[in-house]
Amino acid sequence: MSGRARSVALIVGAVVVVGLAALFASARAGRTESLADRAHEIAAGLRCPVCLNLSVADSPSRLAGEMRSEIATRLRAGESPERIRAFFIDRYGEWILLEPPRRGLNWIPWAVPVVALAAGVAIWIAVIRRPETGLQEPG
Amino acid sequence: MSTDAPSTTEEVAETEGTGAEPGRRRSRTRTIAIVLAPLVLFALLLASGLGKDPRALPSELIGKPAPGFSLPRLDTDGTISSKDLAGQVVVVNFWASWCLPCRQEHDDLRAAWDRYRERGVVVLGVLFEDTPEGAMSFRQELGGDWPIADDPGSKTAIAYGVFGVPETFVIAPDGTVAAKTTGAVTYDWLTDEIEAALRKGNVE
Repeated sequence: MSGRARSVALIVGAVVVVGLAALFASARAGRTESLADRAHEIAAGLRCPVCLNLSVADSPSRLAGEMRSEIATRLRAGESPERIRAFFIDRYGEWILLEPPRRGLNWIPWAVPVVALAAGVAIWIAVIRRPETGLQEPG
Repeated sequence: MSTDAPSTTEEVAETEGTGAEPGRRRSRTRTIAIVLAPLVLFALLLASGLGKDPRALPSELIGKPAPGFSLPRLDTDGTISSKDLAGQVVVVNFWASWCLPCRQEHDDLRAAWDRYRERGVVVLGVLFEDTPEGAMSFRQELGGDWPIADDPGSKTAIAYGVFGVPETFVIAPDGTVAAKTTGAVTYDWLTDEIEAALRKGNVE
């Protein structure tokens, strides 16, 4: 029983954490945005070409700085964020996106954690937990 | 999963028959195996991917119109622009004085320039993340007389999708990007790609 109570508490805890994160994300998305915010949002989704796994927004490199000013210039000229992203994808490929677009084979990295979690829970219930209860009952 | 389930019941039956210890040991081995299996899979995934250079990608621009440019020259006054070079085979070499492979490829670039300049091929060095002073002392040290130009704001480098230096692009006479290579360029690669671009220009 205590094991079940613990797992219920764990699930409730996980739901609360995910819910809070979603709330936080939606609160952020609701703000009105200045040009600098919009430029930052685009830069945060682009991978810095001269450093690994750092966004154009976070990288201190000179090229990233020049990419940030390129983004700001294009926003000021009235280009949409989609067009600016497309400009970078045309030159660097989808490599430049920190998040792979969710379509086709790109779904694999998005699906793997969910599938792995489900498989882990299933294995835990089906295999790892069962011998224990089997041992407790005769004892 | 389906193969695990029957053996689990078998194990429970064995546990009831022979006492707790052997069954418990067997289930512990199984637990370890279940925990290790994903770790091994993950290690294999890392082993297959970590040795690769994530930036050694073919250019997105191959076959597409080469981005235009108009750049201040460093070796002489004035500017050099893609319009001036229209209809010619252009080798665009992104380089910097702080870049070691750029030193390594310098003689290969010079040899290709010397061999093909008579046939209207232009080698253009575009400076990347460097100062004009650095570029000029590199020139004085290693020589070479093909045009070199500064790239304020790295606009041309970004337009060509440059990840780092050296990177070399060959532009065909029709203005499309014919080839690209990352890292020190070799004389053989240059002659192959220049010849191919010249042939393409003659056919059209």
